[in-house]
Amino acid sequence: MPSNDIRAVDAAREAKVAAARDLSDVSHEPGVVKPDAILVVDGVRRQFGGLVAVDVDHLEFPRGCITALIGPNGAGKTTLFNLLTGFDRPQDGDWEFRPTADTAKKMRNVPAYRVARAGMVRTFQLTKALSKMTVLDNMKLAATRQQGERIWPSLLPFLWRAQDQAIEARAMELLARFKLDTKAQEYAGTLSGGQRKLLEMARALMTEPTIVMLDEPMAGVNPALTQSLLEHVKALRSDGMSVIFVEHDMDVVRDISDWVVVMAQGGVIAEGPPDVVSANPHVIDAYLGARHDEALPEVELGAPLADDAEAVREEIAAEIHETEKEAGQ
Amino acid sequence: MEILQNALKALVAREAIYFALLAIGLNIQFGYAGLLNFGQVGFSLLGAYGIAITVTTWGGSYWLGLGVGLAAAVVLALLLGLPTLRLRADYLAIATIAAAEMLRLGFRTPSATEITGGTQGLQGFSGEFYELSPFPLDKKYHPFGILFTGQELWLLTVGWTLVALLVLAVWLWGRSPWGRVLKAIREDEDAARALGKNVYWYKMQALIVGGVIGALGGAVQATATRSVDPDTYLPIVTFYAYAALILGGTARPLGPVIGASLLFALLSVTDSVLRDLTTGDNPVISSDILDSQAIAATRFVLVGAGLIALMAFRPQGIFGSRTEVSIDAK
Ligand SMILES: Nc1ncnc2c1ncn2[C@@H]1O[C@H](COP(=O)(O)OP(=O)(O)O)[C@@H](O)[C@H]1O
Ligand SMILES: [Mg+2]
Repeated sequence: MPSNDIRAVDAAREAKVAAARDLSDVSHEPGVVKPDAILVVDGVRRQFGGLVAVDVDHLEFPRGCITALIGPNGAGKTTLFNLLTGFDRPQDGDWEFRPTADTAKKMRNVPAYRVARAGMVRTFQLTKALSKMTVLDNMKLAATRQQGERIWPSLLPFLWRAQDQAIEARAMELLARFKLDTKAQEYAGTLSGGQRKLLEMARALMTEPTIVMLDEPMAGVNPALTQSLLEHVKALRSDGMSVIFVEHDMDVVRDISDWVVVMAQGGVIAEGPPDVVSANPHVIDAYLGARHDEALPEVELGAPLADDAEAVREEIAAEIHETEKEAGQ
Repeated sequence: MEILQNALKALVAREAIYFALLAIGLNIQFGYAGLLNFGQVGFSLLGAYGIAITVTTWGGSYWLGLGVGLAAAVVLALLLGLPTLRLRADYLAIATIAAAEMLRLGFRTPSATEITGGTQGLQGFSGEFYELSPFPLDKKYHPFGILFTGQELWLLTVGWTLVALLVLAVWLWGRSPWGRVLKAIREDEDAARALGKNVYWYKMQALIVGGVIGALGGAVQATATRSVDPDTYLPIVTFYAYAALILGGTARPLGPVIGASLLFALLSVTDSVLRDLTTGDNPVISSDILDSQAIAATRFVLVGAGLIALMAFRPQGIFGSRTEVSIDAK
């Protein structure tokens, strides 16, 4: 079905152009107001003892876009995800989820499972495949509002069988899209690392989310799968979802994101389209700053003085990627 | 032949029912939902004393007493679950084992004697149950050459029917979306949460259902023995139930039942064999080495060694899935 593929590619390109158009009038400053935000964060602060892990004054994520959240290790990206999805509680702050342009839900103190039901679904930096369940059960689990998930009706299969079959059909469709359909009956624990990432993403989609939040979806995935993962992320946008994803590889970020938010030491230090952000000296500093205490080899210490900023950035991104991998993330 | 008959009788004995019920409850909690309830015997105590106190102390009916016991089990599950189910798994384990011991000690204190009978316990409360027996209570029956009185037969019939119904329920649950959520919670509760499941509430449901089944076990056992004695509700009872569950295989509907039956058959066979070996004109083992009391203890040692061997060669238990266990090793 080549024509289908072409249509998908077209749709993806259109969506990207549309998203870029939306944001073209937005200035490139941290905390800038967007014309149509889907998630608005205000004064969120999370401290672990004396360590301020997250301290975000104001941050808006644009609707229908792929927003990359980048920043050196320990910048607070995962903690921010945890806070926004109800897995952690902040000391301070508020945030608002706007599923449509004219509805807004205050999300502070909403428990994680309700956040997911409201349409904000997340994945984890360390993949959470449910190993001793089949791939198909992983998928079916994620469907919401299941009759058979209530304790007494669950004993009477005729009450929920029809719904269960519809869920299974949808799960198989998604699995086929993620090329996991042949693995449907296998235990998720037998999948490779990359396949688990795919499964986790596919599973998240079973909840029919409005926002998909991916914490390092490409980490530890072999290059062959990375490309396919990227295509899947782009497809989410074409399907009308908003995506927020944490990533270190600047090439990836440039390739798929419409907007980039840079965090360092808990705060947002820069925002803008990918090419603007990656040329921002604050951003380069932040990445280097994170590495200063790691006793850099001389070549790299000299690097910022080089004229070709592009080359430097790439080198840095690659380096960071390397260290990430070594750290076993 | 006698050994075989004893073994057969042990397979279906009231103890097998008792431990099957305790282990079915644990299977829902631990096997499916991953909850560590180390105080199942406390639930069983409530089921037993619910009947005993209602009938003997308050003069109520047996059936009301059964309801009281099960309701008390729900309350205990709520009390234990509310504060601990949001915390790490170990908190529930500690709270349950402590609560079960507190119940036992509380029920046996002298100041509670008027209600609970103290260390003497209570007797004679199961008459209403046996009145319903279709088998004349004192008549002797010989199915498969094993001797049962009508009274025993009635209890075993009701007990095993109950076990069968609960196995059916667990089988249905295990194949339902509800069971799927429990397994997901066992695997990784944050993943379940991230997919919109109210993990806390599901854990609470599993704790309550498993506890109520444990209380049913206590009720059956008390009805069988026609008495309750606080010192039969020792922590070790919970661990026998776990042994039965693990022997049979966790997260399998029949696992706890087959496990409980086999455990008691094994104990009975080792007992008969050891007794044969130590008696007669020319015993293989002199009774100086192994007296009657030592036999009772030795058979547990032997069965324990058997369980260890099972774990080494078949860690998934009799019914468990090898693949699932091997995934753990990764
Ligand atoms: N549960 C926790 N307890 C204490 N410190 C934490 C905890 N979680 C994160 N941190 C600290 O908060 C900072 C931000 O961490 P994190 O959000 O994981 O960063 P990132 O995802 O950007 O790499 C780090 O310094 C980290 O050590
Ligand atoms: Mg992180």
